[in-house]
Amino acid sequence: MSKPVLDVRELRKIYGTGEATVHALRGVSLTVDRGDYVAIMGSSGSGKSTLMNILGALDVPTSGQYLLDGVDVSRLADRQLALARNRLIGFIFQAFNLIPRTSAVANVELPLAYAGVKPKERRRRAMAALDVVGLADRAKHEPNQLSGGQQQRVAVARALVTEPALLLADEPTGNLDSRSTDDVLEVFDQLSTAGRTIVIITHETEVGDRAKRLIRLVDGSIVLDRRQAPVLSAAGRHSQA
Amino acid sequence: MSFFEVVRFALRGLSANKLRSALTMLGILIGVAAVILLVAVGNGSAKAISDRIEALGTNTITVMSSGGGGGGGGSTAKLTPEIADALIDPTLAPDVASVSPVVSSSATLTYEGTDHDVTSFVGTTAGWFTASNTPVGTGAGFTADDEAQARRVVVIGQTVAEELFPGVDPIDKQVTVSGALFTVVGVLKEKASTGFQDSNDTAVAPLSAVREVLTGYGSINSILVEATDPGKVDAVQSEVTTILNQQLKVDATSGSTSTPYRIQNASQLLETQTETADTFTTLLGAVAAISLLVGGIGITNIMLVTVTERTREIGIRKALGAPRRVILTQFLIEATLLSVLGGALGVAAALIGSSFTIVGVKPVIVPSSVGLALGVSIAIGLFFGGLPASRAARLRPIDALRYE
Repeated sequence: MSKPVLDVRELRKIYGTGEATVHALRGVSLTVDRGDYVAIMGSSGSGKSTLMNILGALDVPTSGQYLLDGVDVSRLADRQLALARNRLIGFIFQAFNLIPRTSAVANVELPLAYAGVKPKERRRRAMAALDVVGLADRAKHEPNQLSGGQQQRVAVARALVTEPALLLADEPTGNLDSRSTDDVLEVFDQLSTAGRTIVIITHETEVGDRAKRLIRLVDGSIVLDRRQAPVLSAAGRHSQA
Repeated sequence: MSFFEVVRFALRGLSANKLRSALTMLGILIGVAAVILLVAVGNGSAKAISDRIEALGTNTITVMSSGGGGGGGGSTAKLTPEIADALIDPTLAPDVASVSPVVSSSATLTYEGTDHDVTSFVGTTAGWFTASNTPVGTGAGFTADDEAQARRVVVIGQTVAEELFPGVDPIDKQVTVSGALFTVVGVLKEKASTGFQDSNDTAVAPLSAVREVLTGYGSINSILVEATDPGKVDAVQSEVTTILNQQLKVDATSGSTSTPYRIQNASQLLETQTETADTFTTLLGAVAAISLLVGGIGITNIMLVTVTERTREIGIRKALGAPRRVILTQFLIEATLLSVLGGALGVAAALIGSSFTIVGVKPVIVPSSVGLALGVSIAIGLFFGGLPASRAARLRPIDALRYE
């Protein structure tokens, strides 16, 4: 078996000092293999967002080791960290986080631009990514001209356009209604089928049910880690409606 | 990622917020233009003043009797043409170029029934025209020979020519002055007025003729002494003082306050006036500096707000893998474009504005004010655009993303 995409050992994160100290993560160890589809669930305050931010190299742990595709992320300098975020990780935010007043296709192109891809090639790949999420016809629209679900799908396209080793989604459906939630989840299902590694954070069971593996986080520790048969029926039901 | 790409990013960033970019540039534009124009107006008025004084002739001094009123028992000297002649002395006064004794009185000129009162009917020698910086426009001045022969010829000023000879060439016409006939030989070139007096309302005739007809053979009003060089004026003044003290038997040790004559130095006048004008320029410069400061605070404000507001965007860009250097470069280029474009437009506006006369003053641009205004606003724009951008770019992406 090849090396895991994600290998986290004894991750701890402490916020604040003295009386106000909060232990967000109390020694989390976790490995995720290539092609896996993992849902991390937990109530708010369980540390799942902290874990996600560390996995996405947006934040640094207080202690512990984090190997991303075999690279120790905690030892990287700013430049290499930027490179890792660009090449290895596709991050999807709860709040979409598209650049305002910038067209969908330009948003999707952004990570490619930072990767140094030539403009023509960039446009082609961005359009292909938008096609994957079914929004090729909305390429010229700006974020405020798109619905929440569409914005999130643009964000997904932006996350996968660099062909990253890992797709991280932090409550991707948290700001969406059930219809848009299904649209986005369907895209995740397709990506998983296509062999992408996905780690998704959620507190909604219907989102968690669709993953191949479920991890439950309580108070900064993993209390449950089990494989499951993904539920796919929801997609069929909604696509007929 | 190439530099060219970053420039394109910056341009896209600016065009995505057209109104804000335009307002930022407007702020810089007004700041720069106000400073340049204010200084230009100050400089222009200073220049106007010094031009007027220079028109009087800067390389001359005027010797006058100190007038009857002088307190402290000071005697009044009677200046005579002989004293004037004594001033032409190559050994004692080597720097004197010419000496023109001057008598002056008011007179009424009559031509074919038309009367005109001339405020200053001047009697002098031929050298006066160059010494007093009063060139003849049409016709000719009188000669030394005219003066020696006491010929009744006169050179009239523009105002006199217009009053007495409307639509007629005054040359060779005869005018009556106090019952004597004078032949007009020339008309003076129009001269800028120095004050309330119309300096074109004058007539100039040979000293001998004027004394004969108008003033009599008493004392003369003043002596105009021309130096060989504007830089020698002070030397001439001391030489003239020495000779006059000799001639008028003034004890030089008794102090200058009681001399029976006084010497007016045009370059001293110019100096005083220039100082006044400099004060004026400094005052306007201070006003300009304040407007530059206010403009600078405006630029600071809008730059800080712009970048702070985009901290989230910086977080997103970092999360997508933008290196710090690229983000910083993008924001610096945006700030540079805004301040340079705004500054350049401000200079253009000031240049256009300076071609108009503002409150009666023709502004004269001071090149250093252009450099200063432009430099300060660009520096402020860069600093306050760059500082928060570099701060945001240094943040961890998650902190930048959470920034509200």
